[in-house]
Amino acid sequence: MLHPEQTSRMRFDYTSLLFSIPIAIGFARLVKKFLDTPKRAPRWDRVLDKIWIPGLVFVGFAALFQLQTKLLDEFYLLFVYLLFIGLFVRLKNYKPARTLLLALAPFALYSFFELLLNVVATDFIKEYDDTFDSWQGFSVIWMITFAFIARNQKRSLEVDLLQREQEEQEKRRIATQNTELERMVAERTAALTRQADALQSALTELRTTQAQLIQAEKMASLGELTAGIAHEIQNPLNFVNNFAEVSVELCQELREEVEKVELAEADKDYLLEILSDLSHNQLKINQHGQRASSIVRGMLQHSRASTGERQPTDLNGLADEYLRLAYHGLRAKDKTFNATLNTTFDEAVKEVEVLPQDLGRVLLNLFNNAFYAVQQRQKNGEPGYQPTVTVSTKQLPQKVEIRVRDNGTGIPEEVRQKIFQPFFTTKPTGEGTGLGLSLSYDIITKGHGGTLAVESQEGKGTEFIISLPA
Amino acid sequence: MKILVVDDEVDVRVLFEQRFRREIRSGEFSFSFAYSGEEALNYLHEHVSEVVLILSDINMPGMSGLELLRHIREEYPGPPVPPTPQVMMITAYGDDTSRQQAMQLGANDFLTKPVDFAALKSKLISLENHEN
Repeated sequence: MLHPEQTSRMRFDYTSLLFSIPIAIGFARLVKKFLDTPKRAPRWDRVLDKIWIPGLVFVGFAALFQLQTKLLDEFYLLFVYLLFIGLFVRLKNYKPARTLLLALAPFALYSFFELLLNVVATDFIKEYDDTFDSWQGFSVIWMITFAFIARNQKRSLEVDLLQREQEEQEKRRIATQNTELERMVAERTAALTRQADALQSALTELRTTQAQLIQAEKMASLGELTAGIAHEIQNPLNFVNNFAEVSVELCQELREEVEKVELAEADKDYLLEILSDLSHNQLKINQHGQRASSIVRGMLQHSRASTGERQPTDLNGLADEYLRLAYHGLRAKDKTFNATLNTTFDEAVKEVEVLPQDLGRVLLNLFNNAFYAVQQRQKNGEPGYQPTVTVSTKQLPQKVEIRVRDNGTGIPEEVRQKIFQPFFTTKPTGEGTGLGLSLSYDIITKGHGGTLAVESQEGKGTEFIISLPA
Repeated sequence: MKILVVDDEVDVRVLFEQRFRREIRSGEFSFSFAYSGEEALNYLHEHVSEVVLILSDINMPGMSGLELLRHIREEYPGPPVPPTPQVMMITAYGDDTSRQQAMQLGANDFLTKPVDFAALKSKLISLENHEN
């Protein structure tokens, strides 16, 4: 800045320079604050802090060499302007900084030209003093105007920034809410899915139970029917047996009578031979009739409700009887089915106090399952496979063991845990009630105070072990 | 000894006649047959003093064996006059309730079908010896 009294050349003046340094410091402060240099350009900020140093150096330099010039402060200020311009260029990405650059540029240019002309062409300045003055005034106004513009820009930027920050915050809040809502929806969905699954499985279970109950009801009525039929068959069968028996007696009597009669030896022999055949036939009729009777008795016993009275029972006989009953029952349904029946009875097993019908029911169940298992494995068509069902008894200290073993399909581990549960069945719907083994388990454990255990190897076979206290 | 057999099965007659052929021939036993409870009661009204033993089936159409038993015990309460016959019940249902019912009504014995004729014969013989 040139003042009229400073225009006189070659006159050393500290005061103007000492006056310029605080101005520079002041401006530096303003710029620092305005542009927030500590954050935006830390290195430039430190430089701005030391803006007085070159001023003092200039003063010292001038004092030392007794420089008779008033242009020193002009140099210093130009230096300060250039520093500012450098800073503004550095921060050109910040819009207010660009505006400040625009504000300062004409004035700095003016200062530069004035200084230059002051050095090289003093006369020229004097001649165009007015022009320079108006240029100076114009550039000062320009500077102030753009400084204001920069200030407004800064403010609007700050407002923008604030708005953007608020928007960001709002967005973040919404995002958090969204996440929370999504989490809640997911939770609710999972809960609903669980409920739906539970309901579905309950429904399936109910349907299965219903089907099984219908089946059980059918079986019960079939049982009654069976008992009725058995009774109806029993009476004619009794006649068959009795007449056959009495016919044997009659044959015997006839034989005695024939012996008394006088006849040719050959005729008598022939008569006696016919009599013997007749008698033999009657025996056969009686024998097979008895066989039919025992089946009918089995049917009756099976359908009869437990009397709840324990009777001394021959377990070997009972096991044998029911093994045959089960086998023939299955053969009646499937003529092609064939299996080897093995019995290993321990003669040391004496009569044991049991509920014969109930125990019979258990054995029938186990045998039926065994036959079913070997039948299933047979269907796989393994070469050389011989379906075998084995029943064995053994007298142990304080207890009797009945083992029913088959070489069928075996029971997988996960199924084995459930086989004694009521209504659990692996058979197709309608073929099994899922009550057989659970009933058996109850009969053995609750009814007899014994145990019913199972051992099985998948693909090899299964063994059920009944232990009864004896 | 006169025995009345009551059963709805007609073939019972043939069976008994053959089973006890020798005893009938020797005059040891004589059998009469009735095919229903009603028929049995009618027969008794005419021949009460003759009949020593009645063998009756329980399950018969019309009057059941147990009803027949009740009638007999009501009509012929026993000694001294008129004499009361022995009654044995025969049934295919050998359960305890039927047996107890029969015994309560005054049956002398209770047999289950199929009848063991050897055992029946020995019972009859011991009864006859007792009579004499």
